[in-house]
Amino acid sequence: MPKKLLRVALAGNPNSGKTTIFNSLTGTRQKVGNWPGVTVEKKEGEISRNGYDIKVIDLPGTYSLTPFSIEEIVARDFILEENPDVVIDIIDASNLERSLYLANQLRELDCKVIFALNMADLAKSRGIQIDAETMSNLLGVPVVFTVGNKGQGLKELLQTTIDLAESSSGIPEERKVRYSKDIEASIAELRDAIEEQTDETFPYNPRWIAVKLLEDDQIVKERIRQKMGAAPADAVIEAAQQLRGRLMWIFDEDPEIVMTDERYGFIDGIIREAVIHTIRRRVDISRNVDLVLTNRFVGFPIFIFFIWAMFQVTFTLGAYPMEWLDVGVGLLSGFVEGLLPAGLVRDLLVNGVIAGVGSIIIFLPNILLLFFCIALFEDTGYMSRAAFLMDKIMHQIGLHGKSFIPMLMGFGCNVPAIMATRTLESRKDRILTIMITPFMSCSARLPVYIVLAGTFFAASAGTVIFMLYFLGIVVAILTGRLFRTVLLPGVEAPFVMELPPYRVPMLKSLLIHMWDRSKMFLKKMGGIIFVGSVIVWALSTFPRDIDYSKNYDAEIGRINTVYAEKIRHAEPDRVAALKNKRDQLIQEEKGLRSAEKARKSYIGQIGRVIEPVFEPLGIDWRGSVSLLTGFVAKEIVVSTMGVLYAVDEADAESKALHNALRKSGMTPLSALALMIFVLLYIPCLATVAVIAQETGTIRWALFNVAYTTGVAWVVAFIVYQGGRLMGFG
Amino acid sequence: MILSEMREGESARIVAVNGESRLRRRILEMGLTKGSEIYIEKYAPLKDPLELIVKGSHVSLRVKEASQIQVVREAGEGSHAEETA
Repeated sequence: MPKKLLRVALAGNPNSGKTTIFNSLTGTRQKVGNWPGVTVEKKEGEISRNGYDIKVIDLPGTYSLTPFSIEEIVARDFILEENPDVVIDIIDASNLERSLYLANQLRELDCKVIFALNMADLAKSRGIQIDAETMSNLLGVPVVFTVGNKGQGLKELLQTTIDLAESSSGIPEERKVRYSKDIEASIAELRDAIEEQTDETFPYNPRWIAVKLLEDDQIVKERIRQKMGAAPADAVIEAAQQLRGRLMWIFDEDPEIVMTDERYGFIDGIIREAVIHTIRRRVDISRNVDLVLTNRFVGFPIFIFFIWAMFQVTFTLGAYPMEWLDVGVGLLSGFVEGLLPAGLVRDLLVNGVIAGVGSIIIFLPNILLLFFCIALFEDTGYMSRAAFLMDKIMHQIGLHGKSFIPMLMGFGCNVPAIMATRTLESRKDRILTIMITPFMSCSARLPVYIVLAGTFFAASAGTVIFMLYFLGIVVAILTGRLFRTVLLPGVEAPFVMELPPYRVPMLKSLLIHMWDRSKMFLKKMGGIIFVGSVIVWALSTFPRDIDYSKNYDAEIGRINTVYAEKIRHAEPDRVAALKNKRDQLIQEEKGLRSAEKARKSYIGQIGRVIEPVFEPLGIDWRGSVSLLTGFVAKEIVVSTMGVLYAVDEADAESKALHNALRKSGMTPLSALALMIFVLLYIPCLATVAVIAQETGTIRWALFNVAYTTGVAWVVAFIVYQGGRLMGFG
Repeated sequence: MILSEMREGESARIVAVNGESRLRRRILEMGLTKGSEIYIEKYAPLKDPLELIVKGSHVSLRVKEASQIQVVREAGEGSHAEETA
């Protein structure tokens, strides 16, 4: 017998324990994606119970269904358009009054709904006793008690869900929210007008549409235009506007405000009937914890300590597995190198695919750890305190308190930092934060500074590097202010934020959180990085048959024969020195050959073409090519410079590269310009990809590329030319 | 008086919420309705935003937003501070 499929949506306030219930219900069989067209996380899971396949969809956590935020629109649209069989509203029993606001909006929507009174144990310990039966009778909705983190009540919840899905009863009309006389009269009148224009095929509940039109809901207006046709819809909307005018005259207030008030009034009545407060006095551990964590004097030091700890865990602890992965990637490329004959295919696999994808894979430990820390902050409730502490400062740059964490993470790696902006609710705040995060100097830029500052500023290298980080922050602040006024003007999202009680996080939930987000990172990034690395590899590998200015192989052969002869005739104690000398000469030739190969490759040719652009910054064609390859990942700038300056082994500590750079005609001033450019220009490929993913359009990513590169050029130009005018360089 | 003039540890009752309609509705939906009792839990270390308790939940507001809310001060009697003791 084929199993019957039920679709169940989970709704609820943020911090109501909705995620915990979702995790307990579905375990690890979850699918994480985005809601179509928006960047709100969508989670689905499937369970089998009593001959039913139950698909559970986790709606975004919201306080209401007023379509102001993306989350609210997504949640409401899902219920309206996808018609889930049952909606389970997770209600925080210890915060009943506020939770019932959303609950009543769900009741008004005319879907089959169950109220899960979650954290009932906590409510009890706070002296709140809820009479479920009375409540269920008053609201006309099944009510089930659950304790999500202990898995209690879930069996009953599922059974009730199945029963409700199979029953044919809707919500009895008389159990709906009752508004005051004048509003009810307007609803009735408008409802008649709607029913006149529609037949049974009209997919929405007419009373609900009437309520929403009286509230001047723009999305509902659009929706009925689509479903009714423009002319009938406009007639209805016109009628609604007239009724709104009348209500405004009666109440001297917007109808939506009056209705919000009345809904709370209705809730007040329910609470009075169904809730008994047994103890008035209570000890609230959470409040006491908060008195310390947001204390006037120690609040900030503790916050800074937590952030420092998060950094340490992510980047210092993460450095060990990162190293193992790096070794692993090295072993793999060595293995492939041994397996395949030398040639284009091997080169593509080793230098293109493995090197490129490997460069991303090694960030996995960082990303896992970072997301673990963020999940910890979120699940304990500390994240909103961080926003509470930082909001004053962040507001000065036109941002939200919660923008602080992603920006800070940017110093480690921009990719997870931009993903961390998901904690921001307002889209404007998110986009703004995403746009300025790339100016936070990520750890991949550090090797470039170390090489250049180490070479040209020896003693004061540390100061120079510090100033670079500082410059990044200044540019970010200026950009934030500029964008807030020019690009994303308008009313800021109000900072009406709940500070949920502190909770002990559940390991399982932390791990699921961490893994879901990391998985998405790997999937999305993997593809883009793969393609990007292959392109850069191809550009630096082709054309294959370079017309070398000199026959390097012959030269190496000549060196070999000359030294073979010398070694044969030499004193035994000089043999080692001669061998050394021979190897050194051969290395030099090889270096010269790869430098010429790089110069004559497509990417080298491009570098020479764009050289005039970089000339005013004091950057020569080798710098230009390095910057181009740095688009894949900024640390590649160092290895490209190594190739172009004909140094065989280039890394940050390499003496050879230092010497080559000094000899190349680069001055401290041009080195500074180059470093500033590296700090500010195009975020790396992975970052661009993640910007496109997180903003939902490629346009913001392209804009960011253009903006950052423009800023980089202008600042580097000012520094270089200004420095020259002042007589440096 | 307005909410942003209140000090830590004071209780009040909301008289009216003013300001732009969208913001107002948000504030109302978080439970800050006319007539509800609020308790100023604290101000952030930098004096903005502030945290208040309404209908049993802790909500933070920027001072600018709080200045849109008109309140009357209530006597300290029965305030949350004493409940916590």
